[in-house]
Amino acid sequence: MSARISETTTAGPPIGIALRGAALAFGEKLIFTGLDLDIPAEQTTCLLGPSGVGKSSLLRLIAGISPEAEAESLTASDGGPLAGRIAYMDQRDLLLPWLSVLDNVTLGARLRGAAVDGHRAMALLQQVGLEDEAQSLPAALSGGMRQRAALARTLMEDRALVLMDEPFSAVDALTRLRLQDLAAELLAGRGVLLVTHDPMEALRLGHRILILRGAPARLGEVLEPAGPPPRPASDPVLHGLAAGILRDLAG
Amino acid sequence: MQAVGRALVTFALLLAGWQTLVWATAVEPFILPGPWLVLQSLVAHPELIGGHAVITLLEIVLGLICGGGLGMISAVSLSWLPGLRRWLLPLLVVAQAIPVFALAPVLVLWLGYGLASKVMMASLIIFFPVTTAFLDGLRRTEPGWLDLARTMTAGQRRSGRWAVLRHIRIPAALPALASGLRVAAAVAPIGAVVGEWVGSSAGLGYLMLHANGRMQIDLLFAALFVLAAMAVTIFFSVDWLLRRLLPWQPDTLPNK
Repeated sequence: MSARISETTTAGPPIGIALRGAALAFGEKLIFTGLDLDIPAEQTTCLLGPSGVGKSSLLRLIAGISPEAEAESLTASDGGPLAGRIAYMDQRDLLLPWLSVLDNVTLGARLRGAAVDGHRAMALLQQVGLEDEAQSLPAALSGGMRQRAALARTLMEDRALVLMDEPFSAVDALTRLRLQDLAAELLAGRGVLLVTHDPMEALRLGHRILILRGAPARLGEVLEPAGPPPRPASDPVLHGLAAGILRDLAG
Repeated sequence: MQAVGRALVTFALLLAGWQTLVWATAVEPFILPGPWLVLQSLVAHPELIGGHAVITLLEIVLGLICGGGLGMISAVSLSWLPGLRRWLLPLLVVAQAIPVFALAPVLVLWLGYGLASKVMMASLIIFFPVTTAFLDGLRRTEPGWLDLARTMTAGQRRSGRWAVLRHIRIPAALPALASGLRVAAAVAPIGAVVGEWVGSSAGLGYLMLHANGRMQIDLLFAALFVLAAMAVTIFFSVDWLLRRLLPWQPDTLPNK
């Protein structure tokens, strides 16, 4: 057994991402081509769009787990490598059913053969309100709790960039609002790409909002709502904007 | 406890049916002895039956360990090495179609009348269900887990493949392996007894064949009863152990 490498607990310098010339086709069907996307450092970029438009594929392309999409270039703003600086959160919690919540949160370190920082994991579980469930198996948790555990696992990775694919779409409305607040608080200071189909979610959480639509799909104008996230769900201005986005998506 | 009670009632009813059949048809005891006669025979020869039972039990357990172990090793190797998979998997599928029992005489010829040929026989028939079930489990890992693992290990100097196998693929495949081991526990006694029938000097299969030749049908049934009891006990022990080891595996069939 080799000596375990201890991991640094800082996310590293903030970085943004520039994606150029992304393309995706399924057989003859062109989903998008020549697509450029920027994710600025320390900001949340929300990507909205109808289903089937390639939002998830675009996110997976950046995460390095998309065998189908390709890009001319994908670069970090500081010119360094992207590998190892991205954390990924799916709409499914992807918790391993045989591991306790705590072991799930620390999965990354074990996969890398690094020392497991149990204290930090417990602190994160406390932040997401799961400190009492650390030893529970995922099956004993509610959908909202499981997603909070997944959020803690994402934060445990402590990466400068976080990619989230409809992370709160599988929970009820009230739980979703709470998870959005929690995510906004805990992800502050990181570059985030959040893919969602919910305009209100994008308007609450995004510094910048982009809409992907059409065939082949294109990105629309960048929308930058006023005020820092998380914006209150009751804000009538947001509701007005959401109605506009829905019209835009439908049209 | 209720389940045990129900099983006992069913068992008692079967015995009653058996005895009734013997009375009603007045069949000769050397064709079909009644359960009472069988019990008498069982009580009369505890050392004889017990001694042979230990041999058969040893063959079954050794077969389970060897066949199960080899099956697990080959499944992990096949999942690890695509080249091996391309060459050996078709062979494995074809080999499954071969009636392994037909090999029994050859195994006895090669390995002799002792324990080895029976352990080999049991191992052979256990090997296939364990290998295919485990390999199937190893191939069907939830793609989302693998994607997550890939983002977690990206940029690492050493490949995360072994870590993913150890921390994700293998644990995820354990329920499938458990299914294979249950099948193995059920067929292992068949392998051992067939091996004994073909050529042996000890074991319950040998005792049954011997008793049959000497028209000691009550002794044959007594040996058969012990064999069945042993097989059922082995199966339920394995099943119980696997359930204990995999508490996270959901059982979605209703119990009531």
